[in-house]
Amino acid sequence: MHLVHPATLAVLLFCVGLYGVLARRNTVLVLMSVELMLAAVSLNLVAFDVWLADELHSGQVFTLFLIALAAAEIGIGLAIVLLVYRRRGTVALDRLRALRDGPGAAEATGGTDGAEQPTANDAARGQETTTP
Amino acid sequence: MSAVTLPLLAAAGESGRSVLSPSGVEIVFLLVAVVVLGAAILCVTSRHLVHAALYLVVALGGLAVEYLLLTAEFIAWVQVLIYLGSVVVLLLFGLMLTRAPIGPSPDADSRNRPLALVVALAAAATLVTLVVDAFRTTWIDLSTPHGRSDALGESLFRTWVLPFEALSVLLLAALVGAIVISRARRADSEEGQG
Repeated sequence: MHLVHPATLAVLLFCVGLYGVLARRNTVLVLMSVELMLAAVSLNLVAFDVWLADELHSGQVFTLFLIALAAAEIGIGLAIVLLVYRRRGTVALDRLRALRDGPGAAEATGGTDGAEQPTANDAARGQETTTP
Repeated sequence: MSAVTLPLLAAAGESGRSVLSPSGVEIVFLLVAVVVLGAAILCVTSRHLVHAALYLVVALGGLAVEYLLLTAEFIAWVQVLIYLGSVVVLLLFGLMLTRAPIGPSPDADSRNRPLALVVALAAAATLVTLVVDAFRTTWIDLSTPHGRSDALGESLFRTWVLPFEALSVLLLAALVGAIVISRARRADSEEGQG
């Protein structure tokens, strides 16, 4: 088999995942796109391992590790997403701006407990101006 | 030296293989690749959140078929068991627990969608050019299977046993972390009530 076929498929799959990470608004959908990118990396590892006919099977063993890491990542990620949803009532990425820095940080109100946000941001900004 | 500078068809002609006359495995690989890419694109563009998760199932299942075609059978079955069996189910649970609507949700995409499209297309063009140029004279020898479970298990538990154990510790830490994060809210509300 031509090595270009799996390598090109992996590249295209990675770029589809990249588009999903950048364009999606729902956090769970972003996690799905990350899974697509990880799967593309796995395909690359397997293809190059088979091409090189590695005695230690490094690529395939790394793919196994990668699958386990993806499972761990999705578990932790979904726990965080569920916690954010319970606290803020939303999983839209562009509405979670409580830790936003720079201009416009004061107007960032993240969901339900927006009342205490501006004061916290003002305090942080005050520290920022005094420390340097 | 000459093999590097020669064009594609001449280099392929030396070994009797050519891009223009693909083997049966390559044809099947390309067909499944089209299915995988189509499902992946639908997964990142669909406005139905649950449909996106199901398209992810199609894409990852197609990848398992690609692993089988690359003779990596153990990886293929692990992919089916872990990705299709648990990760997608976890994602569906996540969608349900965050009250994903059943119908189409118009705010599934953010405002920087055109920018994301430009970045993804630029990355795809650059990487495809690079990969095709780098590996156009490279062929995988699939005559001997190279992903059998016994060889892989021997390598995993001889050479890679230490990373394997570290990974199991990491999985345990991730499990404990997920439980702790899920329980934090309950402890807070108890403090608030008491």
